[in-house]
Amino acid sequence: MTRPALMAPVMLALLVTAAPGPAAAQVEAVNFENARQEDLYRDLIDELRCLVCANQSLSDSNADLAADLRARVYEMVAGGQSREAIIDYMVKRYGEYVLYRPRLSPATAFLWFAPFAVALAGFALIFTMAKRRSRQPPCTAAQSQQARALLEDERHW
Amino acid sequence: MNRFAIPLLAFVVVVAFLGVGLTLKPRELPSPLLGKPAPAFELPGLPPAREAFSSAQMRGDVWLLNVWASWCAACRTEHPLLNRLARAGTLRIVGLNYKDDAADADAWLQRFGNPYTHIAFDRHGRVGIEYGVYGVPETYLIDRHGIIRFKHIGPLTPDIMQHRLLPLVETLNGDSA
Repeated sequence: MTRPALMAPVMLALLVTAAPGPAAAQVEAVNFENARQEDLYRDLIDELRCLVCANQSLSDSNADLAADLRARVYEMVAGGQSREAIIDYMVKRYGEYVLYRPRLSPATAFLWFAPFAVALAGFALIFTMAKRRSRQPPCTAAQSQQARALLEDERHW
Repeated sequence: MNRFAIPLLAFVVVVAFLGVGLTLKPRELPSPLLGKPAPAFELPGLPPAREAFSSAQMRGDVWLLNVWASWCAACRTEHPLLNRLARAGTLRIVGLNYKDDAADADAWLQRFGNPYTHIAFDRHGRVGIEYGVYGVPETYLIDRHGIIRFKHIGPLTPDIMQHRLLPLVETLNGDSA
């Protein structure tokens, strides 16, 4: 493969991952005692899903419920609760669905591993097809002569 | 082996998954609270005149917690069913008035009837969060021991009432404390 051909997928991957996400909604100004709590708050409202919106996090959404849940997260962070405790609180009430990255459990194992299994199956398929093709004997001199004649013929049409 | 067998099989599997996907309702999330103790709460009653409510006072009874608001159009759809249930006296219905204006809520009840024995006024949706409420109306059936036995998101329908809720109430009532 030539260099540009190799670079193309890399560039594409960079482009996709660097694409800007949806603009954040108007999130209330919040004040914390320290930067660590503020970081935790920002982290959590990006991690928790807004339940009434189509695929937005709490920080993306203007929905009423999202604002209420942000307020609840704020209280808990300001009250000194840990990240695990807050996530646990939300999962107990709204289920795994509130998490953008569901925790690994028997119920979510398929979700986590299926993409890898599919990719692996794809590689296996490509590998066996390539192997089968390489096993085909190269054509004889007579066959290539015939092929050339056919191509010549086409050109005169 | 026929060379189309594997693609065909893959196609059938994908179609089967998509077919099942069509019948699911992604908005109706299974509640993690089913089978768990109902979160205890105390709230003022709906202003101006109704008395305060505490979930502790329902202990020993099978009861229904119905989350509603005057701004919720779907609540109006299920309201006649609740009225009928209240008239039949099958079980006590507690209303959780969710993020509503007290005057609007009161006017709404005057107009459409009041099936609730108690109305807890959840002005800021705090208790709603404890119950994992994300779409009004929502209805919870709570047993004698304070365990949530059934949850419905969206308006109740005669079908759900007849085939799911009422049979469950009967079983729970028969099950002595």
